[in-house]
Amino acid sequence: MIRIFNLFFIIFFLLSAKAYSLIEIDITRGNLDPLPIAVSPLFQDDSSKRNSINELKIENVGSEISLVVENNLKISGLFNPISKEAFLQKPDIAHLKPRFEDWALIKAQALITGKVTIEDKKLKVEFRLWDILAGREMMALAFTTVPSNWRRVGHIISDKVYERLTGEKGYFDTRIIYVSEEGPKTARVKKLAIMDQDGFNTKYLTLGNELVLTPRFNPTSQMVTYLSYFKNLPRVYLLDIETGTQEVVGDFPGMTFAPRFSPDGKKIIMSFAKDGNSDIYTMDLENRIVERITNHPSIDTSPSYSPDNRFITFNSDRSGFQQIYVMKSDGSNVKRISFGKGLYGTPVWSPRGDLIAFTKLHKGKFYIGVMRTDGSGERLLTENYYQEAPSWSPNGRVLIFYRETKSNDKGEGFSAKLWSIDLTGYNERQVQTETDASDPSWSSLLSN
Amino acid sequence: MNFSKSFRNTFLVILLSLIVSACATKKTTTTVEGQMQGDVYTGTDTVKYLADGVPDRVFFATNESILTTKSRDTLRKQANWLRENSSINVVVEGHADERGTREYNLALGERRANAAKDYLITYGISADRISVISYGKERPVDSGSNPLSWSKNRRSVTVKAN
Repeated sequence: MIRIFNLFFIIFFLLSAKAYSLIEIDITRGNLDPLPIAVSPLFQDDSSKRNSINELKIENVGSEISLVVENNLKISGLFNPISKEAFLQKPDIAHLKPRFEDWALIKAQALITGKVTIEDKKLKVEFRLWDILAGREMMALAFTTVPSNWRRVGHIISDKVYERLTGEKGYFDTRIIYVSEEGPKTARVKKLAIMDQDGFNTKYLTLGNELVLTPRFNPTSQMVTYLSYFKNLPRVYLLDIETGTQEVVGDFPGMTFAPRFSPDGKKIIMSFAKDGNSDIYTMDLENRIVERITNHPSIDTSPSYSPDNRFITFNSDRSGFQQIYVMKSDGSNVKRISFGKGLYGTPVWSPRGDLIAFTKLHKGKFYIGVMRTDGSGERLLTENYYQEAPSWSPNGRVLIFYRETKSNDKGEGFSAKLWSIDLTGYNERQVQTETDASDPSWSSLLSN
Repeated sequence: MNFSKSFRNTFLVILLSLIVSACATKKTTTTVEGQMQGDVYTGTDTVKYLADGVPDRVFFATNESILTTKSRDTLRKQANWLRENSSINVVVEGHADERGTREYNLALGERRANAAKDYLITYGISADRISVISYGKERPVDSGSNPLSWSKNRRSVTVKAN
C-alpha cells in the first residue's frame, strides 16, 4: 500500500509542480499495510512536571497523552506506531524541527511531536504532524483545557491526525454507553455503564437494582434512551447523563422497548407491545405527541432512522420470520429489503446514509453484516457462535457489537464482551471493559 | 457337557450385554429425547406448581407462540384453579431462549405470555386478574447452551401476583 502511494506521488509530482502531501491513507479497503508512524512523547519542562504531579498525580502527562494517541492510532488498524525505544531525537528538539533523516532511518513515514505546559490550572497543548518523506510539517494545532481533560486531548489529537491523513473525520473523542453484566446467567445483574471509546474512565449510571437494556445516545451524546424494568414495568426511559435526571418516555399501558433517537434528536422511536403484538411508535420530545408508525399483527421492532430523518429501517416477522424492512418515516411504503437465507435482525442505518448494518442468524451461526439500503450488496463481516446489535462509529467506518460465548451444560464458560470491526471486514478486536458487557452504543464526536 | 456349559456361558454373556445395552438406550432416551417433542420441552425438570397438580409453566417451539396440546391442558388446570381461588391474581411471564436478538426476543416473550393469557381468558378467567410481562432472553432457568436447555427457557410462567 505504501509503495502504491509512493508511485502515486511520483506520478502526481510529474504532473503537478505544486507541493502535495505525500502520505495519505485509503480507508475504503482493508488496510493490511498500516502506516508506520512515530508518536514522540509530548515535551514537558520541569516546572510543568511539578504542576502535573500536583494537579493530576501524573509525573509526565505529555508522555501519557502520547500513549493515548499511539493506542488510538494502533487500534484503528490504519497505523503502526513505532516503538519509542527506537527514537533517536529528543522530544523537545524534534518538536522544533525534526531531523527527518533520523526518523526515516527508523522507517517512520509520519511523526507527531508536541509540547504541554500546566500553568494556573490550565493545560496547554500544542502538537505538529510531520511528513517524514516529504520533509515538512503537515499540521500544527494548539489548545487549552482543564488538566483533568488530558485523555480527551489525546483523543482530539488522534482525531486531527486521522482526519488529516484519511480525509475523513475520526472517532476517537467519543464514548461508548453499554450494559455492564455480572453474575450467573440465570440471575444476571445489569447496569448502565459509560466509558471512553478506548475503555478508560468507566462510570456506572445505575446500581443494578433493576434490569436495564439497550441504551442509545442522542446526537449530542448528552442524553440516553434505554429500557428499564424499574418496578417490574419494562418501559423506555430518557436519561440526562450530565444531571442524572430520568423520566419515562410516554404513558403507554404496556411494555415499550427498542428505543432510539431520531438523528435530529427531536424524537424517540421505539416499539410498544400490547396484547401480544409489537408495533412501532414515535414520541416527540418537545410536545410529547405520540404517533403510531406501523399497524400490523406481526412483531415490528428495532427501528432506526436514516440520517436525513426521511426513512426508517426496522425488523418485522410479517413474512413469517424476522426480516429487515424500510419505510418512509410516516410509515408508508413498507418494503422488505433482506432476502438472503436465514433470519435478519437489529438493522441500524449508517451515519453516512448508504448502508444498513444488521445481525443475521443462519444455520446456528450469528453474523454481523451490512447491505445497501435497498437490500443489495449484502456483505457479512464476521461469523460467530453468538453476536448481535451493531452500532456505528460516528464516521461510519467501524461497528461495535457484543458477542457471547457458549456455555457448557452447567452454564460455565459463558461471557459477554464488546467487539469492534471495520466496515472492510478487517481489524476485528475486543474492546476492553471492566466487566462483561453488551448492548454498546457509540456516541457522536464530543468535540467540534 | 463341556459344550453345553460353554454354550450356557456364552448365552448368559449375550443376554447380559443385551440387558446392559437396553438400559443404556433407555437411559439416553429419557434424558434427551424423552424430554422434547419436536423442539418443545415436555419434561418436568424446572416445572413448579401453583397448587397440587397445577403446573406453573408451558413450553414453546423455537420462534413460536403456538400452544401445544399439553400446554392447553396445563392452562386449563390453571384456569380451574384460578376459578376456585378467585382472590388470586397472576402475572404471566413470557421468556425466550438465548438464540435470538434481544429486542425481537422481548417482543416474542410478550407474544408467548399473551398466548397463555388469552387461553386463560377463554376458560373464563377475567382479563383484569392476569397481567403479562416479557423478559425476553434475560431470565433463563437453565444456563446451558444446548437444545434441551433452550427448550426449557422458551416458556411462559404463571406466577401469583398477590
